[in-house]
Parts: sequence; structure tokens; C-alpha cells
Amino acid sequence: MEHIPAPAIDFISLAPALILSVFGMLVLLMDLFAGKNKNLLVFASLVGLVLAGVSAFAPKALPVVSFGGSYVVDHLSVFFTLIFVFSSALTILLSIEYNPRNGIRAGEYYALILFCTVGMILLASATDLIMIFLGIEVVSICLYVLAGIKRGDVKSNEAALKYFLLGAFATGFLVYGMTLLYGATGTTKLAGIAEVIHSGQTNSDTLLLLGTVLLIIGFGFKVASVPFHMWAPDVYEGAPSPVTAFMAVGPKAAALVAFYRVFATAIPEIGTTWDTLLMVVAVATMVIGNFGAIVQTNIKRLLAYSSISHVGYLLIAIIARNSLGGSAIAYYMMAYAFMIFGTFGIVILLGEKNSENLEIKNYAGLGVKQPAIALCMTVFMLSLGGMPPFAGFIAKFYIFGAAIKEGYVVLVVIAVLNSVVSLYYYLKIVVLMYMKDSERELELSMGPITLAVVAIAVFGTIEMGLFPDPILQLTQ
Amino acid sequence: MELLIFYPLAGFCVLMGLGVIISSSPINSALSLIAMMMGLAGVFVLQQAHFLAILQIIVYAGAIMVLFMFVIMLLNLKSAEEDTWSIRPQNTYVSVLTGFLALGALYKIACVISQAKLDSPAAVPDDFGTVVRVGTTLFTDFVLPFEVASILLLAAMVGAVVLAKNKID
Amino acid sequence: MFVDFLITLVKILFIFGVTVGFFAPVLTWVERKQSAIMQDRIGANRADILGFTAFGLFHIIADALKMFTKEDFIPRGANKALHTLSPIVALIPALITFAVIPFGGVYTLFGKEVNLVISDLDVGLLFIFAVASIATYGYVIAGWSSNNNWSLLGSIRVAAQMISYEVTMGLTIIGILMVYGTMRLTEIGAIQEDFWRWGIFLQPVGFFLFFAASIAENKRIPFDAPEAESELVAGYFTEYSGLKFGMFFMAEFVEMVTIGAIVTLLFFGGWNLPFVTMDGILSMFDFLGETGANIIALLIHVGVFFAKVCFFIFFQMIVRWTLPRFRYDQIMKLGWKILLPLSLANILITGAVILALE
Repeated sequence: MEHIPAPAIDFISLAPALILSVFGMLVLLMDLFAGKNKNLLVFASLVGLVLAGVSAFAPKALPVVSFGGSYVVDHLSVFFTLIFVFSSALTILLSIEYNPRNGIRAGEYYALILFCTVGMILLASATDLIMIFLGIEVVSICLYVLAGIKRGDVKSNEAALKYFLLGAFATGFLVYGMTLLYGATGTTKLAGIAEVIHSGQTNSDTLLLLGTVLLIIGFGFKVASVPFHMWAPDVYEGAPSPVTAFMAVGPKAAALVAFYRVFATAIPEIGTTWDTLLMVVAVATMVIGNFGAIVQTNIKRLLAYSSISHVGYLLIAIIARNSLGGSAIAYYMMAYAFMIFGTFGIVILLGEKNSENLEIKNYAGLGVKQPAIALCMTVFMLSLGGMPPFAGFIAKFYIFGAAIKEGYVVLVVIAVLNSVVSLYYYLKIVVLMYMKDSERELELSMGPITLAVVAIAVFGTIEMGLFPDPILQLTQ
Repeated sequence: MELLIFYPLAGFCVLMGLGVIISSSPINSALSLIAMMMGLAGVFVLQQAHFLAILQIIVYAGAIMVLFMFVIMLLNLKSAEEDTWSIRPQNTYVSVLTGFLALGALYKIACVISQAKLDSPAAVPDDFGTVVRVGTTLFTDFVLPFEVASILLLAAMVGAVVLAKNKID
Repeated sequence: MFVDFLITLVKILFIFGVTVGFFAPVLTWVERKQSAIMQDRIGANRADILGFTAFGLFHIIADALKMFTKEDFIPRGANKALHTLSPIVALIPALITFAVIPFGGVYTLFGKEVNLVISDLDVGLLFIFAVASIATYGYVIAGWSSNNNWSLLGSIRVAAQMISYEVTMGLTIIGILMVYGTMRLTEIGAIQEDFWRWGIFLQPVGFFLFFAASIAENKRIPFDAPEAESELVAGYFTEYSGLKFGMFFMAEFVEMVTIGAIVTLLFFGGWNLPFVTMDGILSMFDFLGETGANIIALLIHVGVFFAKVCFFIFFQMIVRWTLPRFRYDQIMKLGWKILLPLSLANILITGAVILALE
């Protein structure tokens, strides 16, 4: 019998993903014996996430390239791993009190979040089209299920189904784009593709372009950019609130970093051909996201549109296709994680026994009834709008800086104008909270853990705004 | 010689593919899809990828499509009585427009592919497409994607169970 | 070129003759006769020609005449095309399987190497599996196209049952693959020239799993819930008559032969006699010359192979007339909760043993 030579496996690079996979399976097994009390599962998941976060620092000299150039651990991937671990941990913390009240009893919930995190970590490190595809699929499939995990809820079911059907369709575009790219260059490794393009030995330039366009469609859907954003408001509204927060941060960051890696490391050389297209997409995303958000009356839908508009800003960093863009995305997503988890923490806090209480007008009078919470909300809203001295301002600043360095001044001007528009609906909430009288009782429906998440988020938002340097250094 | 087999086979695949979307009864669509999978397996054989061809039959034609049929029969789906899509008139315009756009894109792709300076067919190594060769590649060069795929399948399986389970304790 | 073509043609005709021409009809008689013996009846002895009954063998002819002359009935509301297609889809896979099953080794006849297999595929083992999975459609479509609720229920059961047991079957095949290190069936046969490397010694659990799964795939008692006559009239072929019914009938018997052949090949040494090697036979009959000795070896091997096949067909019949039918949910439970974990454990243990022996 012939023997296959054992491949060299770089366990240290893979450590975070491996640890989380093991813990994911462990949680599944423990669920068998845990009974109704899921605290043990929560604890195990958090331990797994912390271990994964710590192990991300294990590789000594960065960057480490392994698996024949299809996996890389560099500063960017380590930082993104931290974002993913952090956002997953916050999601789980938010779920502890939310899940039992909203009829989410499946212990697999935690395992799915862990598996999703595995996918995101792999995605941040993937430098091979096959790995990127697999990473995106792991993330998406977990999300389809998580979106529909409130099985008794019609909206949750609708969200899952819609997300699944459209997501599968978008994956088709993505894979087709990848095959065209492979057909044009003869390799799936990003570095290899860049090399082939550089040496001008592509099989067909038009094939390459077609592949690029299809990739933009595929990635565009995964990050919810216009015109592939239609799913986002419905899915964000229907999914359980912690999952919505999770979706808005982790998977979006993962898709963005893969987007960045493909476009900025594999095909930057033909950048002049695709940057116009991407610019149109970015501008449309910002405009439609912001103007869409203005007319919303449901807080989750508003946040969905706001998240779309943020993608528009982030796309600018990809268009800039320099290393500054990469670290700007990383910084932005970290700041965004704080803001979003804080906002959703408050949304969950204000939920009521039988309804989630998502109408924005119900927030009226919060400033009087719950001054502390209202203050936190104000911080998040101002930060989301990009006001100094909060994290959102610095994040936008770096993105625009990266773009201006490459000479995309018009794009930056449009983005700044959009930022101003966005302030309108963020401040609308603030005004509502302080200037209007409340018509109803505003009780905090959740316990100390959710409050703690909000506190962490406030701290992070302010800290990252005031002292951006240490975090920024991590990203470079 | 190879083309003599390829063209009828490819034609068959296209025909069956059309059958999938044209036939109004779901069971006929599913059967056309099965036939197309088989045709595709034939194309793989022509490309010396025997292992892939067999897998195509086992996985798609043999397993997935049986489940399709199972579901169709379980729900006892008859032909769509009412074409819900055409109820809204503006859908027709959208369909036609999309159709033309897709046609244009396909035409463009066809032009590109016919002009592309593709490599002349290289000599295929003897063990190409054999189980040993595929296995070796899978477990050395592509070991990471292979393992990640298992995580993917596990997550999908767990997810399906969560969504389909009768009652959650 | 022409000689090769001729040799292949002879092999195909031989296999076709043996399965469709000999086994399928004779087995209908054997099954009746055997059930009669097991139930202490006389059975199958009425058809006679001028008073000769020949142990009831004329029943085969009578059956054939009946099937040829019966009305071919398609019920109202049935899907005509699919109704006609399904028996064909059911029968063909059973026959195609023989294309990759070797019924003998490699012989040098008149200076030419003859391999007793129609197509020596690299993925032979998987080919069998793939073709078996296609057969499902024949049964599934049959029930669907009949426009009859009993048939439909039968079809749904077929689909569920075959999918379930295919999983076990596939996993068992992995165990075999691990011990032999090849999927080429001729190689698997050749390895078993060494008696102690017969599949039954290397994969004892695998044999039972495989055998049980294949009986379930063939939908014979105790796994005949899809056609359970006391529940579903006759399941998926309720609405079939005449030759179309005959094709389903034939498919079942051909499949029995197939199962016998595969089990023989994978677990019981194929065409090899215990402790007798090819070289042994050749040297014993050295005095007949090279071709002569090879012909003797060929005859012995083919004879041994089909003797073993006959034994396993007989074995399946004994099972058929011994066990009662499982309830439908029991079938599912057995498949998913007992056989599937067992086959997974089998793979695990096989792997561990292989690793330990190295």
C-alpha cells in the first residue's frame, strides 16, 4: 500500500481556530448532559474564546506563512482574530439573559457561535481562494441558522429563509468569480495570482475582469453593500438582537478582511479597472444607507441601514488598496464592535416581557427615566455619527487618511458629506431621548451582565477615541 | 473521437438543464436535474477524472437528489397551479430585462473564451484523476481546506438539526 | 484490437447469460421450492408437460408465458412516460454492476492475457455503490407515477430506507478500502489469494453490516416495508402488471446475484480457493501446456466463484423465509441508531489496528 507523506501542519498558526473548533464540539457534547441550565455551556464557550484570543499571540515572528501559502498569520489577522473573539464573547454575554426570556433554549446556539468564529478566524488568515470560500461558507451557514434560531417567531424564520436563499445565490456568484480568476491565472493562491498578473501571463484579461466583477457581487452581498443590501434590514430585524449585533460586527469584519486581501493583495495591479466600479458601489452604499436610515421607525432596521452606510466608508479603505487601508479597516471594525454591542445592549435592556420594544418613538423620555442609559446611548450615537472625541471619529479619520494618500479626494468629500447626513438620524434619537416626554414605563428588563456589556462598550468607545495609538499600533 | 462523445453529452446536459427550469411539475424538474448530473459525470470521465465522475453520481445523483424526490413526494407537490411570479405585471419587465442582461453577459463570456489564448492541452499524467492521486493531493496540498470542510459540514449538520428538531427541551 | 473486442463481447454475453438467462429465472423456482421445503410443503409441482413435472421446473416457463401475455395496464391519471421508465431504471443498474465485478483472475490463453472482468475500473468499488444508488430512482418513480396512494407510500419508504442504508454501506466500504488499500476490484480479489487475508477475517463486522445493508437495499424481508403486502397492497409496484412487473421481479433476483457476487468478492476470497494459489494450480496441470493449465485454472476459479455466489443467494433466501418483517420505524432505528454507529466504530477500530500493526 502506498503511503501519503504526512503534510507539514503548522499547529501554532492554526491554534485559535483549532481551540475554538475543539471547544465548539465540547459545547455540543456538554449540551447533551447539561439539561436546561445552559450556564455551563456559556462558561465553556467563554473559556474557549479567551484561550483562542491568547493563543493568537503564539506565533513569534510575524508574518508566518504556512500550508504552501494558503494561510498567513500577520498583524492584520491577529488583530482581526481579537475582534472576532471579542465580538463573539460579547454576543454570548448579551445572550445569557436575553435567550431564556425570548425562548431560545437550544444549547447549539453557543456551539454555532464558536464555529462561526472559527470560520471568521480562518477567513482573516486565508490567502487562498479555496480557503476564503470555505471560511465564508462556515460563517454564512452558522449565521443562517442563528438568524432563525427563534423558531416560534415568524420574523426570525423569515430572516433565516431570506438570508439563506439570497446568501446561497450570492455564494454562487462568489464561486463563479473565483473559478474565472483561477481560469485566468491558473492558481488559487492570492500571491500567485498577483505574480501572474504582474508578469502579464494571464490566459485572458477579460476573464480576469469578469471574475473580478463577480467577486465584487459576491463579497458585496456578504458585507451588505448597495445594491446587494436588500436582505440586511429584514434579517437584522428578524434575527435575535444579540445575533444581529454579532452579524453586524464579526462576520462583516471577516468578509471585509477577505475582500481587502483579495482586492489589495491579489489584484491591485489591475486596480484602475475595478476601482471605478467599487467607487460607485461605495458611494451608493453610503447614500442609500444613510437616507434609508432616516425614514426608519424601528431601531433595529435603523441600525441595519446605518451598518450599510458604514460599509460604504469601509469600502473606501479597500479602494485605497494600501496597507494603511488594511489597518484602518481593522481599527474601524474594533471601534464599530464597541459601538454596536453597546447600542444593542441598550436595545436589549429596554426590551419588554412580550415584545422587544423596538419602536424608536418608545425611546422618548429615556433621558429622564434612565439617565445613565440615555447617556451611554448618546455616546454610542455620537460615536456612530463620527463625532470627536469618540472612537467613531478616529476610525473614520484613518479611513479617509488612507484614501487621501492615494488621491481619492472626491470620494472622501462625498463620505464626509454622508457622515453629516448620518448625524441627523443619530441625533434624532438623542433628541427624542432628552426632549420628549415618555408615554410609557421604561424599565430595564435585563440583569447585570447586559449592563456590564454596555459599560465595557462605553469604556471602549471613549478609550479608543481618546487614546487611539496603542490599538492602532497593534494593527500595523 | 473525444469530441464525438463530448458534443452529444454536453448537448444532453444543456437539454436537461433546460428541462429543469421549463417543466412545470417539480418531479420532472428533479428528474431532469438527475439526468443532467449523470451527463456531467460523463463529461468528467471524458476529462479523465473518473473518481470525480463517480463522486458526482454518488453524492448528487445518488444521495442529494433522492432526498429532493423524497421531499417532493412527501409534500405531494403537484405542478404549480398558479404562477405566482407573473401576478405582478412589473415582474415581467424585470424578468425580460434581466434575461437580456444575462444573455449579453453570456455572449460576452462566450466571445472571451473563444478568443482566450488557453494553454494547449498538456499531456495528462498517467495517474491523473485516480483515487490515489486525488487522495494524495487532498491530504497534502489541500489538507487545510479539507479539514475546514469538515467543520463546515459539522456546523451545517448541527444547524439543520437545530432548525428541524421537533421540540427543544 | 478486434480480438480484444471479441473477448469483451464474450465476457458480456457470459455475464448476461448467467444473470438474466440462468440465475433470475431459476431463482424464482428455487425460492418457491426452498420455501416449500422450509415450511414442510410440497410446492411448485403442478406445471407439467405430458405429465412430467421435472421438480416443478416448468413453472419457470409458465411464469414467463404468463408475464408475456398479460395485459400491460397503466392506471388512469398515471404519468405514462415515467410509469414505463421506472422498471427499466430499476433493472438496468442491477445489471450494470456486473461490468466491474471480476469473476476470475487473469489468465494467459494462447499467449494473450485475459482478465475476467468486463471493465477493470480504478474506482470499481465506488462504481458499484454509485450504480446501486441510482437504482433507487426506479422504485421511487414507480410509486410516484402510479397515481396510487399505496404506491406513493411505498415509494416514500423506499427512498428513506435506501438512503439510510446506503450510508451504512458506504461507511463499510471505507473499512474494506482501508484494509486492502485499493478500490480496484480485481486487485481486491487478487489479494485474497492468501486465505488469511480474506475479507471475513480482516473485516468481520464489516461483513455483517454490509450484508444487512445490502439486503435492506434490495428491500427483501426482513426489510420489505416498501412493498409490505399486508400494509400497502404491494407497495411501489401495486399498479404494475405483465412484463413491467416482471422487470421489477427480475431486478430483485438479479440484485440478489449481485449481492452474492459482491459479498463473495469482498469478504470470501472471490474466485480463490482457500490455500490454493494460482501458481499451485498451474504447476499441478503443467502437463497440459500453458494454455491448457490456464483453462483449467479459469474453469476452477469461475466455478468456485459462482459456487460461492450460489451459497450467498441461498443464504439470502434462508433469511427471507426465517425472519418476520421489521416495522417501518424499527427499520429506520436499526439503520441510523445501530448499524450507522457500528460502521463508524468499525472504521475507527480498523484504523487503530492498522496503525498498531505498522
